Amino acid sequence: MNTSTSHYPSAAVSERVETRTLCVLVDNEPGVLARVIGLFAGRGYNIDSLTVSETEHEKHLSRITIVTRGTPMVLEQIKNQLDRLVPVHRVVDVTTAGPAIQRELAMVKVRGKDEHRMEALRLADAFRARVIDATTESFVFEITGASEKIESFIALMLPIGLVEVSRTGVVAIARGPEGM
Amino acid sequence: MTEMTGAEMVIEALADQGVEHIFGYPGGAVLPIYDALFQSQDRVRHILVRHEQGAVHAAEGYARSTGKVGCVLVTSGPGATNAVTGLTDALCDSIPLVVITGQVPTHLIGNDAFQECDTVGITRPCTKYNYLVKTIDDLPRALHEAFHIASSGRPGPVVVDIPKDIQFAKGTYSKPKEFQHKGYKPRLKGDPDRIKQAVEMMAAAKRPLFYTGGGVVNSGPAASEHLRELVKLTGFPITSTLMGLGAFPAADPQWLGMLGMHGTWEANWSMHDCDLMICIGARFDDRITGRLDAFSPGSTKIHVDIDPSSINKNVKVDLPIVGDCAHVLEEMLRAWRANSTKPDKQALAAWWDQIAKWRAKKSLAYRGSNDIIKPQYAIQRLFELTKDRDTYITTEVGQHQMWAAQFYQFQEPNRWMTSGGLGTMGYGLPASVGVQLAHPDSLVIDIAGEASVMMTMQEISTAVQYDLPVKIFIINNKYMGMVRQWQELLHGGRYSHSYSEALPDFVKLAEAYHAHGIRCERPADLDGKILEMIEVKRPVIFDCVVDPTENCFPMIPSGRAHNEMLLGDASVSVEDAVTEAGKMLV
Repeated sequence: MNTSTSHYPSAAVSERVETRTLCVLVDNEPGVLARVIGLFAGRGYNIDSLTVSETEHEKHLSRITIVTRGTPMVLEQIKNQLDRLVPVHRVVDVTTAGPAIQRELAMVKVRGKDEHRMEALRLADAFRARVIDATTESFVFEITGASEKIESFIALMLPIGLVEVSRTGVVAIARGPEGM
Repeated sequence: MTEMTGAEMVIEALADQGVEHIFGYPGGAVLPIYDALFQSQDRVRHILVRHEQGAVHAAEGYARSTGKVGCVLVTSGPGATNAVTGLTDALCDSIPLVVITGQVPTHLIGNDAFQECDTVGITRPCTKYNYLVKTIDDLPRALHEAFHIASSGRPGPVVVDIPKDIQFAKGTYSKPKEFQHKGYKPRLKGDPDRIKQAVEMMAAAKRPLFYTGGGVVNSGPAASEHLRELVKLTGFPITSTLMGLGAFPAADPQWLGMLGMHGTWEANWSMHDCDLMICIGARFDDRITGRLDAFSPGSTKIHVDIDPSSINKNVKVDLPIVGDCAHVLEEMLRAWRANSTKPDKQALAAWWDQIAKWRAKKSLAYRGSNDIIKPQYAIQRLFELTKDRDTYITTEVGQHQMWAAQFYQFQEPNRWMTSGGLGTMGYGLPASVGVQLAHPDSLVIDIAGEASVMMTMQEISTAVQYDLPVKIFIINNKYMGMVRQWQELLHGGRYSHSYSEALPDFVKLAEAYHAHGIRCERPADLDGKILEMIEVKRPVIFDCVVDPTENCFPMIPSGRAHNEMLLGDASVSVEDAVTEAGKMLV
């Protein structure tokens, strides 16, 4: 956009982009996920990963974990914009709120014979991945851990005969006795 | 606890919420509610509009001029989609609305049924909240919650989408007691430590400035009163956004006029040069800030807003205070008085001297004419001839809107209804219908442009039907004036599709609608014809034929800073502060 003929201010000078994990406690009602995703799409925010499930059945509360990227100003906006959605109860940035654990689960299908099978099993053992399905020419591994660990495992499986991967996306929780 | 149908519950809930008027348009999917309305002998008075967009704008005018929630009833599909512009407008300007839409029966939802659309999907990003009511048991709660959400915190529009089978279904209705939403609890009280800190910063300021917005008006009359008191007590200058006009009286010497893209020289220079900005209920919109990296570079900024997401959105502030304007202003007053705080008198005097120099620029000056009506002159005369009456002003969007903001001097809040955030052409006429309905004995004028008013002209028929004597004062320059101005200044004078080659005869149009038509083409006739307009106790379309080439100044062009404003050629250069003959200075 040519700024000399636009009647909007030009874009701000770009700042450092950071990655954050947000835990969002919401009423589990129809359309609540659409509200959250629509907010990100409508305002041009990024979603790197998103997980959602009902976590308190009696209160009908769901917990959404979102991994997002942005400048510090945009990240503050994301938090505030989420917070003002009517069905949102709480938003916690677990990346900055204190020590937290972040985990992801992946199922990794690998196909191969002979030495490739043995290598796959050896690596799975090293990564503490479990075999949850096997045929004479394939395995499905279940692996849990930080996203980086899963990335490395997948990278190692690629030359061995990676077929496909299914990942949950990140879930997170703060360390210590306090709840969100 | 009473057994009744869903349709009856709608009427019952509206009555329980104290709703007196609802704007709407019937259709297949809301017929049960219209039937209940009929059978209740209009416990809630229904105003039949001519298009659903008009219903929403009328409800906005009603809401903004009364402080109450505006209500709308429309059918499914096109009824709902036609309401979308109004909903978005209300969201942008924080206007409390409850919009009830009919929906196809629950078993047909998702089936591409006749007049079906995904109303909650379409309206999710343009409402504060919305409901699709799928069981009769949820209906009473949804209706009452809708009013609570629309009117509390930062106000906004709420949609309640009710399938036709739910309208027929029977259930039990009871009026809910005071309820608390389980998750939604807007923060109203500001942090006392920060308020104290704000007052200390104000006492130490050398070049302070109040920058206020629509939040002060939305907060209610008490907020305006506290603001006036605080401004008087501190002796600081004050400017306001388009949406905030009237919260502080324009006749007061501490008033600098509106700021922003078409704000006054003194307001924008004060914003640029101040050392303390006290922003109350405004949101640093791009029409206000201009170039962000050059926006008020030397100031410390206090920002009071009820919506935490408004804070640090465009401009980083030093002291955010989340809370309702009325409450925070009251606490600021209390803190100021409790410490017998005194402002820095000497610094303030120097600051006012500087402001006087900026004022001497007379940035709103324009060249007068005896032959052709200048649009600014038309609005000035309109102001002079209506200022002693009980007057409400609405506008459309464009040059006339900016001139109205610059030249009509608002002394009270809730008297000025305009589409600020969304900039919806066609807002003013239906809004004036809503305002007149709420204030039947007042003078309600839509300052319009001939292009804007054509977008919702059919609502004059509504005004005639309900005997609402609105005055549609059209500043007719035959162009989409603001588009033409931008094309002249920024696109090499290539007037691409901004000229209306075939305008109607507005006087005959008025007559066709059974309204009263007036045309004025000469400055000498203007006063008499405005008085005629006021005297006619019927809807009036006033065709005020003005100079088609006039531009709206001052103007901050194209992503520039506040200190890079353009002035009209009638303004006074600093070196030449003497009035030239033929200049009409204001």
